This record gives sequence, structure tokens and C-alpha cells, in this order.
Amino acid sequence: MEIPYTYKPRPDTGLYNAKVGIWLFLASEIMLFGALFSSYILLRVQSPEGLWPIVEGGWPSGLLNIPIGTFNTAVLITSSVTVVLAWAALKMNNFAAFRRYMVVTLVCAFGFLGIKSFEYNEKFTHYELRMTDGSAHTGHLEVNGKHPGFWDFGAIYNLERLQSESVTEVKFTFDPPKPKPGEKQEAHAHETKTIAVGDIAKLRTFTPSTHTFFGIYFVITALHGLHVLGGALVLGYFAFPGASMWKSNPEQFTNRIEVAGLFWHFVDLVWIFLFPVVYLL
Amino acid sequence: MSTATSHSHAPAHGHAVDHHHEPGFWQKYIFSTDHKMIGIQYGLTSLFFLLFGFILVMCMRFQLANPEAPIPVFGKLLELILGDAAKGGSMTADLYNSFGAMHGTIMVFLAIVPLAFGAFGNYVTPLQIGAPDMAFPRLNMASYHLFFWGGVLMIASFFVPGGSAKSGWTSYSPLATVAEFGKPFNGQTMWLIGMVILITSSLLGAVNFITTIIQLRAKGMSWMRLPFFVWAQFVTGFLLLLAFPPLEAAGVLQLSDNLLHTSFFLPNGLVVSGQQLPVSGGGSPLLWQHLFWFLGHPEVYVLILPAMGIVSEVIANNTRKPLWGYRSMVYAAMSIGFLSFIVWAHHMYLTGMGTKVSTFFQTTTMMISIPSVMILTALFVSLWGGSIRFNTPMLFALAFLPMFGIGGLTGLPLGFNASDIYLHDSYYVIGHFHYVVAPGTIFAMFAGIYFWFPKMTGRYMNELLGKIHFWISLIAMNLVFAPMFIQGMRGMSRRMADGGTAYYGADDIALTLNKSITHAAVLLGLGQIPFIINLFMSIKNGRKVENDNPWKATTLDWATPTPPPHGNFAAEPVVFRGPYEYSAPGSKADFLPQDQKS
Repeated sequence: MEIPYTYKPRPDTGLYNAKVGIWLFLASEIMLFGALFSSYILLRVQSPEGLWPIVEGGWPSGLLNIPIGTFNTAVLITSSVTVVLAWAALKMNNFAAFRRYMVVTLVCAFGFLGIKSFEYNEKFTHYELRMTDGSAHTGHLEVNGKHPGFWDFGAIYNLERLQSESVTEVKFTFDPPKPKPGEKQEAHAHETKTIAVGDIAKLRTFTPSTHTFFGIYFVITALHGLHVLGGALVLGYFAFPGASMWKSNPEQFTNRIEVAGLFWHFVDLVWIFLFPVVYLL
Repeated sequence: MSTATSHSHAPAHGHAVDHHHEPGFWQKYIFSTDHKMIGIQYGLTSLFFLLFGFILVMCMRFQLANPEAPIPVFGKLLELILGDAAKGGSMTADLYNSFGAMHGTIMVFLAIVPLAFGAFGNYVTPLQIGAPDMAFPRLNMASYHLFFWGGVLMIASFFVPGGSAKSGWTSYSPLATVAEFGKPFNGQTMWLIGMVILITSSLLGAVNFITTIIQLRAKGMSWMRLPFFVWAQFVTGFLLLLAFPPLEAAGVLQLSDNLLHTSFFLPNGLVVSGQQLPVSGGGSPLLWQHLFWFLGHPEVYVLILPAMGIVSEVIANNTRKPLWGYRSMVYAAMSIGFLSFIVWAHHMYLTGMGTKVSTFFQTTTMMISIPSVMILTALFVSLWGGSIRFNTPMLFALAFLPMFGIGGLTGLPLGFNASDIYLHDSYYVIGHFHYVVAPGTIFAMFAGIYFWFPKMTGRYMNELLGKIHFWISLIAMNLVFAPMFIQGMRGMSRRMADGGTAYYGADDIALTLNKSITHAAVLLGLGQIPFIINLFMSIKNGRKVENDNPWKATTLDWATPTPPPHGNFAAEPVVFRGPYEYSAPGSKADFLPQDQKS
């Protein structure tokens, strides 16, 4: 006996096996991200005030780059549209259009990851500086005339490293002050000052361990990024090496694109929730 | 196969159905996609882990009865393997803690769940619904391999510097994070990575099971004609699917607490050994407990529902009667599935989460006992007026009923907020959940092994050895777990490496019971030897079955050739009736198989 309903729908449920499977899988994914979002809410609600002098109140906001996040949202939504168009093209028996739309989807997927890694790099090279006089600042650091390059962890300093390498002074470019609500952002030049290492009380970049906000931001977005990568690899397989199935079993191939597409929409949907929650609120 | 019961299929005949060429060793035994082989792989692996977990607890029991004395025979071996942690062959407190944590983890996640869900679910479910295999055979193989490597990782964690995880099977933060703080690759990290792998395995398995039951039911197999075992697996599948991901999330968060030094579960100003921990703080230890128990409580029903399913099959078959209240049992199983998601915080009454929250969870906890009692009652009433065959599987199934009953009823004082405050974290809790899992679930697993062994191999297991196994197990289990209630009510804490000798106020009775429990545990261990002999000897030497349906059962798993070939059925089965039509008035035989027209 062969396994039935691998691509033909079962009459009473109206679904083929893989479609039932992917919906169940997505249900479990909702519980996974649901738990992480719940953790985010709980961590934020009970976050103690004044723990981190960089921000007012208990929870940081405005530390992420909203224009880039918005752009990335648009990229991901575009890919969600093209993956549907790719599936529709197969339904209309137009393989060339399918391949075109898949390529656009893949470009969007890897574009998203590229932009995200730019954002990560931005955070890993963005410094929190606390002076011995108690003032706290954020900005970028220049040591011996050098800025860290892209994903250049070797060029990231903290206070202990500066001391152990006997650096006496560094250049620090301060972030422009944040406008109060209702105020207009003034055109403000980035101010750069030379700071003696002896005046620094604490120096570190924005990493997961900086604050639970960055912790949960990095964990959720990294997990989401892994989902994007996994989805992109599967879609890439179906667009190129796996596409030979279009000749042998077009119906099953179309179903595969549909199922992969459902996963892709889910990944998109997670981002639709993630973007307002971590960037805007 | 509508007249399968009157035929006798020699194994040679069964092979004729298999059109595929004979696969090689690796294809057949290791990388098999056949649900029956995967079921057997799960079964043997989880039985190994069951034994492994038992050996861990035997070391702990010896330590409890004879604090700091060197363990005879085995202690030398332990010192050889683990070095200083078992210096002189006796257990250090750290080693006791790590054995305790790993005993819990291994028994729950590597022994019982894979045995109940992976082994029996895989082998029996497709047969009972009349399917040729699982819906996704390769995914099924992947589930097993993930489970296996997750288990290997767990065992390997004993050998990393500092030893395995030692913060209890619940791995409460901040203890789990600070226990080996600063060592990035410690036992806890291994535990978390292992858990994430095991959870992934369970998730893929659950997707596969639910899809199979929804999509691959044979013609005529409507929902209310499903055997109760299949219903139990179906609900279990949903529990695994929806309850495990939050623990996966929690695992990822604790992993980043350990590796990236985030503070998800670490509060402000945490001081360890007189020094403030160099972390940002601002996290919540309670969050870990919420996420853990959101899995933890449905997990209890993951352990018990398949057991109830197996017991139902065995009881219906051996009383020669339809199950009493089949429909109520199905609805009860569904209610359990739903309610089990809203009772988790009854494990957390002592955390200070507030009396209002406690009251809510106390209420839901009392509610969930109702469907459990419904199922148990239905099974008890099913015995009424039956002509019972007391064979080994039936003895285990019958013992399950009062043993699970004791386990369930002793849970009520723990479900009430007021009485739990006294009993929490005492040996009473240990007694309670071991009654549910050991003479409860494990007895049902034994019943299932004795019951389906003839279908898997074509031979019966030995009845005499089986009965010796049963009676020793039953007596020893009670001698082990019943005294724990007394110890617990006398205030003995569950986490003491010396059994409470150093504990001010520990009385003689509690300490004497430690010794008697250990003796009973040794007896329990010896009682498993006949089972192990029986299991392996019967494969070649057991009495041969007379036909494909030796127990004269009604469900479709007995309508296959013995052992079932690749693809299971000789012809596509068609179902005409409900699952338990035994002793129907006016019929010639005392059973009407589901695929028999009249």
C-alpha cells in the first residue's frame, strides 16, 4: 500500500497531508514566538526603574533605527507578495514567471538578512559611556584613529581593554540629544570630543548582556532571522534544483510551493508583530 | 483482509506483500522510514534510558540510606568513570544533585515520553487506523534520530568539567545559571542544548501523528470508531505540539543567560558567594517557572494519556466487553487536553505570585481531576460483569487502575493552595508523582509490551516470567513509594543529599524508612531481571502465535499479517463498526473485528 493523500486532497478534510502538517507546525511556531513575546511583555512590565542611566524610566526606547526597520518591513512584505505570485504562476502553468517571482523573493529574503546584519553591526559598535562624574552618554568610539569595520569584533573596546593596552585617550562622537515628545528634532551636528581614559567609569557596546531589552531584542530577531534563512534555503531549493519536479509531478510541485509559501507568510507575520513591538513601542 | 482472523499468515506469506527489495542493514535498522521499525528503535532506546535512569536513582537511594558510605561494587566503577566527583566510591553532594537532576530529565524526556508516544504511538497508531505508514515517514526517521542524539548529548554531559546539570529536572533560574557561572560550556548548557533537540524531535513527531490520524484513517474509520488508544495519542500529540514550544523558548532564553550573560531570569543585585554577579539584572526568576510549568503540566498528561489508551485496549480485550462509556472517555480525554493548559501555576503556590492567581489555578486544578476520574471510572465499570482473562498484560492493566488512583488522589492536597504550603517540596510530592508515573504509566507500558509483543514478533512472551515480574514489581513499587507519603508528612525535604540526617528535627521514623525504601528499590531492580530475560528470549524462543489475532481482538492492528510487512495491510482495510464489539448478542464468535462486515 502507498501512503495516500500525499498531494491529492482527502475528500472529507479537503486537504493534502503536507498542508495539515504545515498548519500544525505553524501552530507550534505560534506557541514558540508567543512565549517569547509574552516574556518580552513580562520583562518590560516588571523592569525596575533607574536600572540603566542611559534611558529614562525602566525600559529603553528609541535605541533602534526605525527608518531601517521600516524599510526591512517593506522588503519582507514584498517577498510575501511575490511568493504568492510565484505559486499563482504555477497554477496558471507559467513556469518562467514562477522562476522570476521566486528570484525576487530570494533577493528580498537575503536583502532582509543583509540589512539586519547591518543593524546588528550598528548595535555591536554603538557605545554606552559613563564618566566618573556620573554622566551617561551614547555614541561611537575612535581608538588610535580607528573605527571598527563591519562585523569587526576585534576593534571593539571596553574599559578593561583600553587600560590593558595602555590607551590614554580616545575620541568619542556623541549621539545628538533626543527631542522631547512634541518637539522638533533640531539639526544637530554630531559632536566629537577627546576623552581621557582616566575619566571613564564604564564603557561597553550594545550587546545582549547590556540590558534585558537588548537581550530579548537580539534573541527574538535572531530566532526570526534563522527562520528567514531556513525559509530562504527551502525556497531556493524549490526555485532551482528542486524545480525538476515540475516536469514529473506538477501538482505535487505546486503544493510544495504553497506549503513553503505558508511558512514564508508566517515568518513575515512574526516580523509584522516584532517590528512595532521592539522598534516603535 | 475482512476475514483475516480465520487465516493464519506465515511470515513468508507476509513477505510476499512486500514488493520492495530487501534493504541492507543500515537501511533496515538504522535509517528506516518504516513506522514499525522506528517504533521498535524508540522502544529499545527508551527502555535503555529507563534502565539508565533507574541505575542513577539506585545510587541516590543507597546514599540516602547510608549517607556518605561508599557504594558497594558500583562505587568503584563510578569513581573510575567520574573521578573525583565519586571519590572513594561514595557520592558527593554535587554528584547527588546531578544524579537527581538527570534522573528526572532522563525518565521524563528520554524514557517515558518516547516509550509512550514514540514507541507505542509509532508502532500501533498507523495499524489501528488502517494506514500503510505515517504521513511523513522521513520526518518520522528524523524525529527518532534527533531524540537519539539529544539523549547522547545528555549522557555526555556527565563528562564535562563540573559534571552534568545539577539544578533539578526543573532547572530553576537563577540557580541553574549561577551554579557554574563563568564556565560557558557546563553541564547546564549541555542540558539546554539537549532539551532543545529533544523538544524539536517531539514537535516533529507530534505534527506527524496528528496529520496521520486526521488524514490516513481507513475507509469507514470515522472519529467515533477510533480505538481509545488512538484518541489518547491524538490528544497527546496536541499537548506536545502546543506545550513544548514555550519550553523551547525558555531554553533559548536560559541558554543566552548562560552563554551571552543576559539577565532574562536573573533579578537585580543578585549576590553569589558574597559577590554581586556581573550581569545587568532586571530579569524575572518567576518567568522561567511560568514557561517551564506551561510545558510541565501538560507534560504530566503526555505521560498518562497514552498509558490510559494502552490500558483501555488491554481491558476491553481481556474483559471481552465493550468499553463502558467510550464516548465519555473520548470527551474526557479532550477536556483533559484543554484544561491541562490552564493549571500550570499550581506548581508555584510558594513563589509569592499572589493569592488571587493561586485561587484561579487551584480551581482549574480541581476541575481537571474530573475528566481524569471519568476515564478511570469508565475503566473500572468496564470490568463489571466481564469474563476476565488474567494474563500478564491484563494484570499490569488492572494494577494500573488503583495505582494511578492513589497517585491521582494524593495529588489533590497538592492542588489545594493551603495544604500545598505544608507539603510542597517534601517527599510527599515525590511519592505522589511516582505513583502516577511508576506503577501508573510504566505498568501500562509493560502491559502494552506484553500485549503487542505477539504482533511484533509472532511469538508470545513467557507467562510465568511475566507473572513473576508483575508481582515483584507491584509489591516492591508500593514498598518504595507508599512510605514516602509518611516521610513527606513528617517534613522530610526532597532535596537532601544525606537523606535528612543533618536536618534538625528529622526523626527516626523518616530515617528508618529511608533504609526500608532502599531495600525495596533493590527488590524492584531484581524484579526487572525476569522481564529483561523474557523480552530477549521470547524473540527467538517464545511460544508461536496460532494466528494473526492471538488475543481475539477487534481493532485493525490485529488484522495485519504477523509481523506486519512494509505497508502493513495485505489489502486496503475497510471499517464497518466501532472499536470494541465484544460479546455482541447473536454473533457466533465473542468478538466482531472492525473490518468484518457482519
